[in-house]
Amino acid sequence: MGNTSSMLTQYDIEEVQQHCNNAFSQQEIVSLYERFCQLDRNGGGFVSGEEFLSVPEFAVNPLSQRLLRMLDGLNFKEFVAFLSAFSPRATVQQKIEFIFKVYDSDGNGKVIFNDMLDVLHDLTGQFISEQQREVDLILEMPLFTDCKQVLTKVLEEAGYNKESLLVMSDFVKILGSSGLKMEVEVPVD
Amino acid sequence: MNSSEGKLKSSSSELDLDRPNIEDYLPSGSSIQEPHGKLRLRDLLDISPALTEAAGAIVDDSFTRCFKSNPAEPWNWNVYLFPLWCCGVVFRYLILFPMRALILTIGWIIFLSCFIPVHFLLKGNDNLRKKMERALVELICSFFVASWTGVVKYHGPRPSMRPKQVFVANHTSMIDFIILEQMTAFAVIMQKHPGWVGLLQSTILESVGCIWFNRSEAKDREIVTRKLREHSQGADNNPLLIFPEGTCVNNQYSVMFKKGAFELGCTVCPIAIKYNKIFVDAFWNSRKQSFTMHLLQLMTSWAVVCDVWYLEPQNLRPGETPIEFAERIRDIISVRAGLKKVPWDGYLKYSRPSPKHRERKQQSFAESVLRGLELEEK
Repeated sequence: MGNTSSMLTQYDIEEVQQHCNNAFSQQEIVSLYERFCQLDRNGGGFVSGEEFLSVPEFAVNPLSQRLLRMLDGLNFKEFVAFLSAFSPRATVQQKIEFIFKVYDSDGNGKVIFNDMLDVLHDLTGQFISEQQREVDLILEMPLFTDCKQVLTKVLEEAGYNKESLLVMSDFVKILGSSGLKMEVEVPVD
Repeated sequence: MNSSEGKLKSSSSELDLDRPNIEDYLPSGSSIQEPHGKLRLRDLLDISPALTEAAGAIVDDSFTRCFKSNPAEPWNWNVYLFPLWCCGVVFRYLILFPMRALILTIGWIIFLSCFIPVHFLLKGNDNLRKKMERALVELICSFFVASWTGVVKYHGPRPSMRPKQVFVANHTSMIDFIILEQMTAFAVIMQKHPGWVGLLQSTILESVGCIWFNRSEAKDREIVTRKLREHSQGADNNPLLIFPEGTCVNNQYSVMFKKGAFELGCTVCPIAIKYNKIFVDAFWNSRKQSFTMHLLQLMTSWAVVCDVWYLEPQNLRPGETPIEFAERIRDIISVRAGLKKVPWDGYLKYSRPSPKHRERKQQSFAESVLRGLELEEK
């Protein structure tokens, strides 16, 4: 598939469809290609971080930097494979796998405490500040106002601890039970 | 009742109430999962709402849609229609275009041969000179419109020249200005352009009274606001025409209006402009083509057909902020011209969104996390 071609052949479409395990229909792949070309303004065959960040809706997302690490330099085939977790045809397992990959920044198949802490920081910004513990004056109970403490407490309640290494099956156990909604509709003309 | 609210640092963004609340526009449902009940590990690990929003933005986003030029639907796809289309092309390029170029040249000759003498010879007699220059500018704009075979239908009462009055319109291309100017000599506020356009701006448009701004200058905003105010207070200045979107949008959407035009203490008269796409897409995609190319494209199309509505003048209501006023006017214009509103600032074409949008999301998520923690303390 040429980098600068603006037309997809039937063969290209089928190749992309296979690569993403049929997560998208052929029409959706054509739409995604139009979108890809629209984002790839300099026509380099991949969408750079800058080009993604020029979409304001994406730039204001708290997880944008983390996702950029996964998106940077992808060609169209890989771009579609990346988005396949968001297809309504994707299984819950595939969606959880995607979430796992977002956490597992070094890609070694294990999510450590710091990975989860980083994501929590991204989501809460400076609004849960690293402050001294406050003490509730009435109940005289220690209060948690710190990301580390929040995460540690919640982990311990779920049966893990700060040193635990979570793997894919742990994620499936934690996230699999409740309905995971993670779907995006590809606009088709 | 215990005072166990987690300490939240107030966002510095609260001090900058520059824009209406984007959350009012974006799809409802928080982007970050708000845990209900006791906080569990699942609530912290489930980042699916934030991911869904990010993926949604990657696949399609309302901002990019505003600046998408719509390619004309090709209708020449069979043996019978194709020759017809070819004839059309020949006619447009070899007959219409030269005719139009001729008309435009004649127009320029007439204009310059009147304008230059008037400008220099009547230096003493300012009033008369201004009147004649105004009429001449209206004339050259009419010639421009004729050179694209512009068919403009004006609706609504013609604007009357009164002080303390500004006009605002939606913006699709620089030709918006020409189309409006042929009817009434407005003073305009424009981005200074390079090349021959800039030359025109600094010579001829000076005579109707124009204000220049430079998008890239940060301090520029205050200077411009001051100039706007001075101009609008002046009794015999031409009425000011402002395009509050700040950038050209593709005539199907409208981006947020900058509040500068709405805090001058003047009556605001909205003008809505809608181009008929069947004839030509009048959107000037400044990223894709220069203004010269854009004009040439217009001159080789069949016609530029558009509707202009002069709408009812509005005043700031008691208790209304300039931003609310701007949004109300944007509503009026968008409804009239059939535009969809998007919550983005047009300048995001050139810069990144401010961190306060992200901060708002982070704040609401942090609050719900702490609420969930609080629940188990009880």
